[in-house]
Amino acid sequence: MTVRGPTGWTFIKIATVLTYVFMFAPVAVVMLLAFNASQFGSFPMTGLSVRWFVELAQNDAIIRAFQTSMILGALTAVISTSIGVCASLAMVRYDFPGKNLLNTALIAPILVPEVVLAVSLLLFLQFLSMPKNFVLLLLGHVIFTLPFVVLVVQARLVGIRKEYEEAALSLGANPFQTFFQVTLPLLMPAVAAGMLFAFTISFDDITGTLFWKPPGVETVPTQIFAMLRNSISPEINALGTVMIILTVALPLTGAGLARWLASRRGG
Amino acid sequence: MADPQHDPQHAVELRNVVKRFGAFTAVHAMDLNVERGSFVTFVGPSGCGKTTTLRMIAGLEDATDGDIRIKGQRVNDVPIHKRNLGIVFQNYALFPHKTIYENVAFGLKYRAVDRETARKKVREALQLVQLPHLEERVPKQLSGGQQQRIALARAIVIEPDVLLLDEPLSALDANLREEMRVELKRIQRELGISTIFVTHDQSEALAMSDKVVVMSEGWIEQEGTPEQVYNQPASEFVANFLGISNIFSGQVQAVSGGIARLGLDDGPELLGHPRDGRAARQGERVRLAVRAEKVFLSESAPSDDPAAVVLDGKVTAVDYQGQAARYFVEAGPLTLQAINPIDRRPFHEGQPVKLRIRAQDVVLLDADAHQSAAAKAAAE
Ligand SMILES: Nc1ncnc2c1ncn2[C@@H]1O[C@H](COP(=O)(O)OP(=O)(O)OP(=O)(O)O)[C@@H](O)[C@H]1O
Ligand SMILES: [Mg+2]
Repeated sequence: MTVRGPTGWTFIKIATVLTYVFMFAPVAVVMLLAFNASQFGSFPMTGLSVRWFVELAQNDAIIRAFQTSMILGALTAVISTSIGVCASLAMVRYDFPGKNLLNTALIAPILVPEVVLAVSLLLFLQFLSMPKNFVLLLLGHVIFTLPFVVLVVQARLVGIRKEYEEAALSLGANPFQTFFQVTLPLLMPAVAAGMLFAFTISFDDITGTLFWKPPGVETVPTQIFAMLRNSISPEINALGTVMIILTVALPLTGAGLARWLASRRGG
Repeated sequence: MADPQHDPQHAVELRNVVKRFGAFTAVHAMDLNVERGSFVTFVGPSGCGKTTTLRMIAGLEDATDGDIRIKGQRVNDVPIHKRNLGIVFQNYALFPHKTIYENVAFGLKYRAVDRETARKKVREALQLVQLPHLEERVPKQLSGGQQQRIALARAIVIEPDVLLLDEPLSALDANLREEMRVELKRIQRELGISTIFVTHDQSEALAMSDKVVVMSEGWIEQEGTPEQVYNQPASEFVANFLGISNIFSGQVQAVSGGIARLGLDDGPELLGHPRDGRAARQGERVRLAVRAEKVFLSESAPSDDPAAVVLDGKVTAVDYQGQAARYFVEAGPLTLQAINPIDRRPFHEGQPVKLRIRAQDVVLLDADAHQSAAAKAAAE
């Protein structure tokens, strides 16, 4: 029998597996402990129960935070996608002076550390001597999610040949009708993906939100953060589980839906 | 508004139309009339400005200078969606997210057409392109040829003032292209629709058109019927672009009775027949063209013809093409190409032959339009 030492590939495989274990094991533990019957998170678990989810549903602060997050996420998604689609159209379909500069500016928020972005927006607000409010929070989230939308939509738009739009125009549709009849439907998968991105990113953002949120307003991540400072309640595990499921399931459903639509309509 | 030159009888009129991209001029001072109901083809090598001209007529590109008229009305400032044109693109550009019916009916939505009439018109258009049974399919379920027919139906259902086609057949394979060419011509005739067709395939241009416009480097080299541009090329460029021509330089030695005696540079004499509107002056230096299929080869001296010249030569190479052959023939200092139908068996390499060139087939050329224009610009 010959014993072969681990080759480069097996080493990489092991490293990969370990990386994923370290990344996901804590997540798995949180999800597991969310169903733990006992107050104290320890193994072996004393029994299965959904009591922490029930308590979660009865916790007013959490419900409020959840509502705030949903509204904030939805508004961010809609605004960010609308702006993103318009910006992408301008970038891909038209030529104008300063185009490259604007493009860089649109993408910049993902290149700048989030803390820097958060502080600078706050300072800007102070410069305008305005109080912190929900609009600022929304603005921050829009700026922060815009690059993702722009990147996704631009990539798709480049692939849509201009002839489709030119054909529609030649047949008598004005530029608006052309956009809603031809460009937008062909762009839909990217628009949907951009919206999901924007929603998910907004939904679990914490750094920027901590800086921008007005006093008394909490989103789910800042609520968890606040709860952690007091005690480690099993409720947090349950809340974490809900968030994980939301942020993972939503894009997956979206992608599935997009693929199904595309296969039906021949995108 | 009141322009004495413009004629509402013309479907399209270009007057001094120029297109510049930055410092580069893609289309130079173009003048052109497209008669109503006629089929006009733009032909020329890649980059000569065919597409650019078509896009200016369509309103997809702004003209830098000049006037574009459709049915006598200046349209330079009319946006494309108000020009009432039918455009067929090289890659069909059928809306992939709409059914065939929706595609064809698209243009009718923006016209005062009620639902019933629209349905009827779409049916008729689909009938016309012989694809009446595909209404519910989406474009990707159709073959290339079928898609191109639907694209044509979509463009003609709106009864456009002008139909514009930019290399509509080039994405199809050879057999299908032939078939679509005939089909397109039939539909154009049936509807009597004014059509501008862009191609770089000379046989397409010659086969389909009422008028061929040969372009080069943004200039019109020649416009005329297929027969005119083929048999009476105006310039060396046209003579070389359409078919195979022998080009010589020489001098007019005498003109009598409409026939010019032409001395080729250090070579034999030819008799030439000045083209309509192209007088030959004695002593003038000229370029001349003789089509390869107008150089007749024979083994023995052919019967005496006062309006023809016979040269002695030798076949140096044979390019066998089935029912015809292309020969390279040396005649003194000249090397000619001759395309002759094969009678029994082709001439073989090294065979001595007689070359007969008739006066009517010797065409006196003008300088290339793009070159003379450039020279004129330099002189100014
Ligand atoms: N948007 C543009 N910007 C700069 N130059 C352009 C633009 N569009 C066309 N050109 C140039 O104008 C010239 C004419 O182009 P055009 O597309 O009209 O050629 P064409 O005759 O249609 O050629 P082809 O047979 O290859 O389609 C070319 O040299 C091309 O590079
Ligand atoms: Mg072209």
